[in-house]
Amino acid sequence: MGILNIITYIPVAGAILILFLGRNASRAIRTVATATAVVDFLASLWLWPNFDKTKLFQFRETYEWIPSLGVKYDFGIDGIALLLILLTTFMGVVAVVSSYTAIKFREKEYYILLLLLQTGMIGTFCSLDFFLFYVFWEVMLVPMYFIIGIWGGPRKLYAAIKFFLYTLAGSVLMLLSILALYFFNDGGIGFLNIKGLGNVGTFSVLKFHEIGHLIPPSLQFWIFLGFFFGFAIKVPMFPFHTWLPDAHVEAPTAGSIILAAVLLKMGTYGFVRFALPILPDATIQLLTPIVVLSLIGIIYGALVSLVQKDMKKLVAYSSVSHLGFVMLGMFALNPMGLKGSVLQMINHGISTGALFLLVGIIYERTHTRMIADYGGIAKQMPVYAALFLVAALSSMGLPALNGFIGEFTILLGVANSVVFGTMTYAVIAAIGIVLGAAYLLWLYQRVFWGPLDNPKNANLPDVNKRELGLLLALVALMVWIGVYPKPFFDFIEKPVEYIVKKVEPSYFDKQPLTYPGSPSAEHSEVAEK
Amino acid sequence: MTWGDTVYLLPEIVLSIGACLLLIAPVIGFRARTRSAKWTMLAILALTAVAVVVCSRIVPEPSKILSSMFALDGFAIFFKLLFLVTMAMLVLLSDDYLRNSRYSAWEYYSLLAFALCGMMFMVSGVHLASIYVGLELMSLSSYILAGYFKNELKSTEAAMKYFVLGAVSSAILLYGISLIYGVTGTLNLLRIANAMSTIVTNDALMFGIMLLGAGLCFKIAAAPFHVWTPDVYEGAPTPITAFLSTASKGAAFAIFARIFYVGMHHFRLDWQYVLATIAALSMIVGNLAAITQDNVKRMLAYSSIGHAGYVLLGIIAVSDMGLYGVLVYSVVYIFATLGIWSVVLMLSKHEYAGEQVNDFEGLHRRAPLWAFAMIIFLLSLGGIPPTAGFIGKYFLFYAAVGAGFGWLAIIAVLMSAVSMFFYFRIVMAMYLRDGQQQAEVVSSGALKFVAAICLLITLLFGIMPAPLVDQAKKSGGWVASRVAALTHGR
Repeated sequence: MGILNIITYIPVAGAILILFLGRNASRAIRTVATATAVVDFLASLWLWPNFDKTKLFQFRETYEWIPSLGVKYDFGIDGIALLLILLTTFMGVVAVVSSYTAIKFREKEYYILLLLLQTGMIGTFCSLDFFLFYVFWEVMLVPMYFIIGIWGGPRKLYAAIKFFLYTLAGSVLMLLSILALYFFNDGGIGFLNIKGLGNVGTFSVLKFHEIGHLIPPSLQFWIFLGFFFGFAIKVPMFPFHTWLPDAHVEAPTAGSIILAAVLLKMGTYGFVRFALPILPDATIQLLTPIVVLSLIGIIYGALVSLVQKDMKKLVAYSSVSHLGFVMLGMFALNPMGLKGSVLQMINHGISTGALFLLVGIIYERTHTRMIADYGGIAKQMPVYAALFLVAALSSMGLPALNGFIGEFTILLGVANSVVFGTMTYAVIAAIGIVLGAAYLLWLYQRVFWGPLDNPKNANLPDVNKRELGLLLALVALMVWIGVYPKPFFDFIEKPVEYIVKKVEPSYFDKQPLTYPGSPSAEHSEVAEK
Repeated sequence: MTWGDTVYLLPEIVLSIGACLLLIAPVIGFRARTRSAKWTMLAILALTAVAVVVCSRIVPEPSKILSSMFALDGFAIFFKLLFLVTMAMLVLLSDDYLRNSRYSAWEYYSLLAFALCGMMFMVSGVHLASIYVGLELMSLSSYILAGYFKNELKSTEAAMKYFVLGAVSSAILLYGISLIYGVTGTLNLLRIANAMSTIVTNDALMFGIMLLGAGLCFKIAAAPFHVWTPDVYEGAPTPITAFLSTASKGAAFAIFARIFYVGMHHFRLDWQYVLATIAALSMIVGNLAAITQDNVKRMLAYSSIGHAGYVLLGIIAVSDMGLYGVLVYSVVYIFATLGIWSVVLMLSKHEYAGEQVNDFEGLHRRAPLWAFAMIIFLLSLGGIPPTAGFIGKYFLFYAAVGAGFGWLAIIAVLMSAVSMFFYFRIVMAMYLRDGQQQAEVVSSGALKFVAAICLLITLLFGIMPAPLVDQAKKSGGWVASRVAALTHGR
């Protein structure tokens, strides 16, 4: 059993342990859950120094699973997956610790579900076999359904089933695309009258990376569409986003944190790992509609955030806007854009996770999230106000904080993109950044400044030690990535280059431009090929 | 035919004798002893299972038994053993239910045994006559069983509806068979296939195939031949509903697959599209209609219509994977459904309780383990990994996509997403609503045993599907090889 399996199944072990604890032993349950999350985080930290940044997929573990179907149990990560796993385990700790006081009933089930969810998420990032990937992908659904449905707000039943059905509908279509890939590689006799390759049937993602460009464009189009529905709903991209505000508003704080920080990344990760490298022709074919949807998402999400009366809903819609950036950077199809996109996934996880945590903290004290109920809180809770400011600034992309690095790199990539061939997209996206500053600063102004006119807020206690610890850890990360992002970029350098070579191989011919940190010698080498 | 062949009928002979014994026992003074009826029935089933295993070992040439009317191939053995296990579980499910009612257990088990005998003949049938006789034996027993609670209005109504519609469908089926016989001059499936391969087109034959298909679609409850299902499932005693939705349906799937894979193979390009339409209709009608049902029995009836549509995907594909899909799906569907019925029966305090979705409210408090089991069963029916249902659905979708029915596969996956909506209504009631239901769930060991076995199988085959997949490949191999021979013989 290798390190990836250990990281994946530590939460399950913790969940089983909790199963044997008494229903009312809240303290013991919390301790075990926290210990599990922390151990899992430490285990994943082990990957950081032991990861070889010059290689692609590492820590491979391959076992036979269903030999007669060509299904293998295949684990392995590259730099992108590594960062996302670290994000997952870190946010796992945040989610567990932030739930101590927020969850008041059925605690045992809650922590079990939270831990199972973590296994599903880590497994999804580790899988290099489509069948396995799909299994983990679906495993995530059920715990999240219950977390929203049991511990959620007033409209929790509606939000939970909406989340569940939306995601399921997308993922079953993705399943069909996976099958189509399988048939193309296998033999494809009688399948859409396309002759397959006649290879041994397999679900290996790496094999599909190899054969992807051989798939005829017409077939690629349909396969891409299936993936698109699966991933775009999860991201969520503009017309498929309607489940998100409901799920976020109704979910308990920890549910929102995990949902925003990790679950949304599943969609973008899916595009990066599968859709782009396997289906280069379809990516180019569908580039314009996807980019347009991303731009609409950026502007629409920001505008809708601007008019929200509910803080949590505001942060939820801001996610639509931010994920639009991630998608835009990715589809610039150059290393710069893609790197920014991947880093922005991490940044969004940290910043938006922090914002949801902050909203959750004040909700616990006052049981309202309406902006109108607040005003002048800064006087009463100075530490809280300061931390909120850092998180908001990070989210809106202030230099020296993480959001700036991500957004700036994305904009550079978009502006230089050969496939876009225009600056218009970058300009529109920049408008989104301005709007982002507007809704966050306006929110900050209305909640924290002005007179403290609501008498109910007169005696609000400031953040306690537990909350402070969590928030400081998040702020530290924001500053780290904002000031010195190189270690993070180093991890994604190699995989990004690999993906761009797959999806837009001509980039390295057309563009003699060097980008930070990569030796130009490699480019000329590719160009010669 | 030689008398020596009868030895291969040993399982059916044992079972028939057993059924007669069950019928005689109450007459000679055992009427009141319900418990011994159960044990007698279980003993008969065990003996039959032993006979099946023994016969499968000694059979020399699987298809030549009884003038080629009867085959003891892997396909038949697979289903026979599956039905025996299912039936044993059904006996355990029925036990409490019967003891709380005023009706005799002996005759009930006897009818079940006769139905099982019919099913075993059906799956072994390679001749339309033997298939038809088996089917009728099963159907007639089912009609009586549906109305077994003869003083209950709902039960009688269900039996009447089932009988009238079932009789009509049998007549249609028989008419189709006679037309096929008229054109091809034989009832043996392989000979029909050979005779058909020389025919380019023949209206009478087409009509015959159509009628045969319609009759079979009635038996598997595929739309638009499904209208009887909700009423019968609702009215019949719950263990009988369990029987109709598992074993009886599985037997119909089996003969459907065998007849169309082997016998009607030559005209597959003609019937594939008709069946594809029926499959699409079944999935859409079944899953959409189930959304509005508040009665769990009716909901599951509609969902079983949808599942008939899924299985049809495997039949339409006419490929090895399709055939294995039918086998695998029958197993996962039967165990998930049996599990659900066992939980429903745990809730029933009198004849018709445990039937409303509301009855499940707060079950997570009242019976945490069985509420969890129920989730697993429902996820399995919805085809969500890591449950066995995913593997089953996976095979069928695979077969459909591989056979070029991409559009049908899209309908199938979307409808399975829709199905989660109504399956999760039960989950919602169990976990998300606390409701007024406070009563502890008192259930017998037998029900718990069945639920536990089903839970185990559903999870095990979900996480470790390799043994089931390999067994399906081995068992389906014989039929698959016939199909391959027919394909290349053209």
